[in-house]
Amino acid sequence: MSTTPQLQHPVRPPTVKRGASLERKHARFGWVFLAPFAIVFLVFLVLPLVYAFWMSLHTNTLAGGEQFAGLANYVKAFTDERFLSGMVRVAAFAVVFVPLQIGLALVFALILDDIRTRLSRFTRLLIFVPYAIPGVIGALMWGFLYSPSFGPLVTVFEFLNTQAPDLLSRDSIFWSLTNIVTWQWTGYYMIIIYASLQSIDPAIYEAARIDGATKLQTALHIKVPIVASSLVLTVVFSLIGTLQFFTEPQVLAPLAGNAIDAAYTPNLYAYNLAFSYQQFNYASAISFALGLMVFLASIIFLIATRKKSGLR
Amino acid sequence: MTTSPLPLIDDAITESGPRKKRPDVLPGERKQVGMHILLTIAALYFLLPIWWLVVAGTKSTQGLFNGTGGPLWFDQNFALFDNIAQLATYNGGIYVRWLGNSFLYAFAGGVGATVLAVLAGYAFAKYRFRGRSISFMVLLASVMVPATALVIPTYVLFNNLGLTNTVWAVILPSLLSPFGVYLMRVYIQDAIPDELLDAARVDGSGEFRTFATIALPLMRPAIVTVLLLSVVGGWNNYFLPLAMLSDQTLLPVTVGLNTWQVQSNSATAGGLVWNLVTSGSLVSVIPLIIAFLLLQKYWQGGLSMGSIK
Repeated sequence: MSTTPQLQHPVRPPTVKRGASLERKHARFGWVFLAPFAIVFLVFLVLPLVYAFWMSLHTNTLAGGEQFAGLANYVKAFTDERFLSGMVRVAAFAVVFVPLQIGLALVFALILDDIRTRLSRFTRLLIFVPYAIPGVIGALMWGFLYSPSFGPLVTVFEFLNTQAPDLLSRDSIFWSLTNIVTWQWTGYYMIIIYASLQSIDPAIYEAARIDGATKLQTALHIKVPIVASSLVLTVVFSLIGTLQFFTEPQVLAPLAGNAIDAAYTPNLYAYNLAFSYQQFNYASAISFALGLMVFLASIIFLIATRKKSGLR
Repeated sequence: MTTSPLPLIDDAITESGPRKKRPDVLPGERKQVGMHILLTIAALYFLLPIWWLVVAGTKSTQGLFNGTGGPLWFDQNFALFDNIAQLATYNGGIYVRWLGNSFLYAFAGGVGATVLAVLAGYAFAKYRFRGRSISFMVLLASVMVPATALVIPTYVLFNNLGLTNTVWAVILPSLLSPFGVYLMRVYIQDAIPDELLDAARVDGSGEFRTFATIALPLMRPAIVTVLLLSVVGGWNNYFLPLAMLSDQTLLPVTVGLNTWQVQSNSATAGGLVWNLVTSGSLVSVIPLIIAFLLLQKYWQGGLSMGSIK
């Protein structure tokens, strides 16, 4: 253990006993240190959640004001075709985004862990840089690149003498958005996985090598299981992010008017209900329902993988 | 595939740097070439939009539409300095205001969130107070609560208090960082031995003094990481300021640039500011990219803190 000379006591009573008594004596200081965060937590997390739930149980009419409505808003939400199609859409996004992002992140992390050249160091930085770029600006940039009037695609396809596909059309917007999000987030997840690969004790590879394992076998049977907790963590982050998908469709909507409507994702729907139509009660029900589903999805995933989970 | 009968020795000699300790199982040169090609393709893909932004930032609106170099090369008319001058003056220099707002929101929110996370992480890691485990479980569960689910009720609450459309509407909710607390706890638990704190207590140091003089200096790497992550989170935040602010002069640069996009998309010639959208985006991403390049050491280790037990 650390030896800081100025702190060492000449006569040291048994550590365990002293530690226990000291701990008990000072335990209440835990709350003192926790208090500032606890207050912020209560005011900006617990209170808004409770209030959103309260609002979602009420309706606001011009004539009657705020009135208790029971679960009416939820019944409305779960029979609202726009909300349901948005939910289905983000579920589809999750099915595509999460494996794509985490899969690519894992592959890059394994490659970068394996070879160390100037190119690989440079690539590692490049893959990560999009994380430093705000989502809005990422979406704006790709919007330009997709655009028929600004983008490079038109030039490329003119050269090939064919019509360029409209990347902002209803048919292709799903994949155009997938591309933006993959570009934006893969590097972040890659760094998390890469860092845990770097923390593996190299002696393990020695043993594998003596046993005649190939690089691929080492990667699949040794590296991946060891970094499983990082993988779980990144999957949860990616899942939470995808289910509350908002920024990219919101930014691209004016460019791709037909393809992205006001209810494209549940979050976009809640935002538009609240701020364009002043339906705060219904919007609260939508965002509360969405939040609950995000929460349940992540908890279920964590429980299913709890042995590997980094969150204890 | 092995080129040498003694791959171990061979590797140990040819490999340089830290790789010495981790000899390749198969020094297959061909695989390396394949991987380098893959990495090059990846690098080009991740670079493409950034390269485009650098080029586009130097163009006039005219040049963006039909410049001589195409979308991925510079136009004859190099308009970067005109664009910057226009950014500084357009609409009374509102862009400069937006940049300032972004700095304010990112740093006030980030520093505040970090201070709270350091204190709370220390409490969870080093005190066995009543309700500790249940509080920590609530905290972990709250990491799973989507931030955007909080924005609408917070907006209504703030609206009742007259706080919307003020800087507080963005700064106060940014103080909440459950993940930061989690990272700090994980770090402090391993980095600061209980014996060290107990020794200080035996020597008569009070709890606050022990925290400030013994524990705090040992937390520096984790503090930098949490601070960096919260500042980036604040800088990139979009949904919260979008919902809370309608006054143009209070917007952060992310929301502001998007209003220019919307304006250019629907406006007639006078309102077309595509060149400001691109050059404004370029200018606004430079500070963060530089910060990340300079602080590599911290975030590369720090990002994994939460996942390594």
